[in-house]
Amino acid sequence: MSQCERTSWEFPALPYAYNALEPYIDAQTMEIHHTKHHRAYFDKFYAAIQGTELESLCMKHIFSMVSTLPLAVRNNGGGFFNHKLFWKVMGPNGGGEPQGALAEAINQSFGSFEKFKTLFNEAAANRFGSGWAWLIVKEDGSLAVTSTANQDNPLMDIAEVKGFPILALDVWEHAYYLKYQNRRPEYVSAFWNVVNWSAVTERFEKASQ
Amino acid sequence: MGHPIPRCPHFNLNQSMKRNVVLIIAFILTAFTTQAQTSLSILQTPSGKSVFPPLPYAYNALEPSIDSLTMSIHYSKHFKAYYDNLMKAVSGTPLADKTINQIFANIADVPVVVKNNAGGFYNHDLFWEVMGPNSGGLPTGEVAEAINKSFGSFDNFRKAFDDAAKGRFGSGWAWLIVKEDKSLAITSTANQDNPLMSTAEVKGIPILTLDVWEHAYYLKYQNKRADYVTAFWNVVNWQAVAKFYQNALK
Ligand SMILES: [Fe+2]
Ligand SMILES: [Fe+2]
Repeated sequence: MSQCERTSWEFPALPYAYNALEPYIDAQTMEIHHTKHHRAYFDKFYAAIQGTELESLCMKHIFSMVSTLPLAVRNNGGGFFNHKLFWKVMGPNGGGEPQGALAEAINQSFGSFEKFKTLFNEAAANRFGSGWAWLIVKEDGSLAVTSTANQDNPLMDIAEVKGFPILALDVWEHAYYLKYQNRRPEYVSAFWNVVNWSAVTERFEKASQ
Repeated sequence: MGHPIPRCPHFNLNQSMKRNVVLIIAFILTAFTTQAQTSLSILQTPSGKSVFPPLPYAYNALEPSIDSLTMSIHYSKHFKAYYDNLMKAVSGTPLADKTINQIFANIADVPVVVKNNAGGFYNHDLFWEVMGPNSGGLPTGEVAEAINKSFGSFDNFRKAFDDAAKGRFGSGWAWLIVKEDKSLAITSTANQDNPLMSTAEVKGIPILTLDVWEHAYYLKYQNKRADYVTAFWNVVNWQAVAKFYQNALK
């Protein structure tokens, strides 16, 4: 991981307007989620690494040794990275199905797109408490669905199932409570309408590099 | 009144007779269901009610500290789902004959669905009981003395409880407990765990609790959990806490 270094940390702008995912994810939720929750993770993460040797490392490197680092790095570094990926894999005019090599990989690993969706829905529904559902590329190049608690993710050395995340769904209650309240499954169904499959495909290609 | 009356060829029941039959059937069903539920020791919880416990006050009783809509969804959806899922998970199994305390004491031996829903049921039941309208202020009597003894002052106690509630990352609960040596302690647990569970890091009998899942405050406070925690002190029912303290000493 010597090639993975960085020189600056920035809080990313949302790649679309707050209302761009309406009616599936409401503008108020997006705005609070980005400007309050995500922002707080970024600020606390940066405060935790500023002036330390971690400041010059990339996230992947930090996550690979997160069990040896302060809890603030794990929780806030996870919160920073996970939300950044989450924004990226959604978008207006999303939905539909993946194409090309990603579609083939999904068929190969899960049998069909529908079977993959069912697995992902279950991972999102069954994560008790706060957490995330993931589609990851494992070390052997196969795809897998997993979920993590709180702000953990599959890049972390503490993750039960490890891999490179290419699709993420936030199932903390803050991600859906204003619109869906206790009805998490409705939020999970709505999510498929805003998945940006070309962004997921880019991540997929990046994983195999 | 969805119970169909079987058609009888010899008697033509008039409307009011039909209604009486429906009421009698409904009564028998209710009595039978209540009977069946009472036999489940698992439902013996802080409120002492063995069926799905009624909220001890109106949904709007904790306004403006906790809003009516939140209370309504929290009680009738979240709490009800924990109750229903617990019933489903234990019905017809030996666990239904155990008390909820016995289940918590051997929590590593039960399926995770029982753990999560038994916790969710017990924790919310206690939570409703320790809040109320016309509440807040300071504790008095023995529980006040115990707080001073264990924490130095009420302010020290409150600060430690606030820190536990704000510091719990993700979903969970903050607790004031009576430990085995009868001293008081503050702790927090993840998700629907609680200090009665054999797996808890800090064990004891809960006498005050605060739900810090986002569903407990998001409609009114959104990301500002700290404001919710501050507002909570306005609705703490110290008389109820004193009662649970006395029970814990027994
Ligand atoms: Fe989030
Ligand atoms: Fe709750």
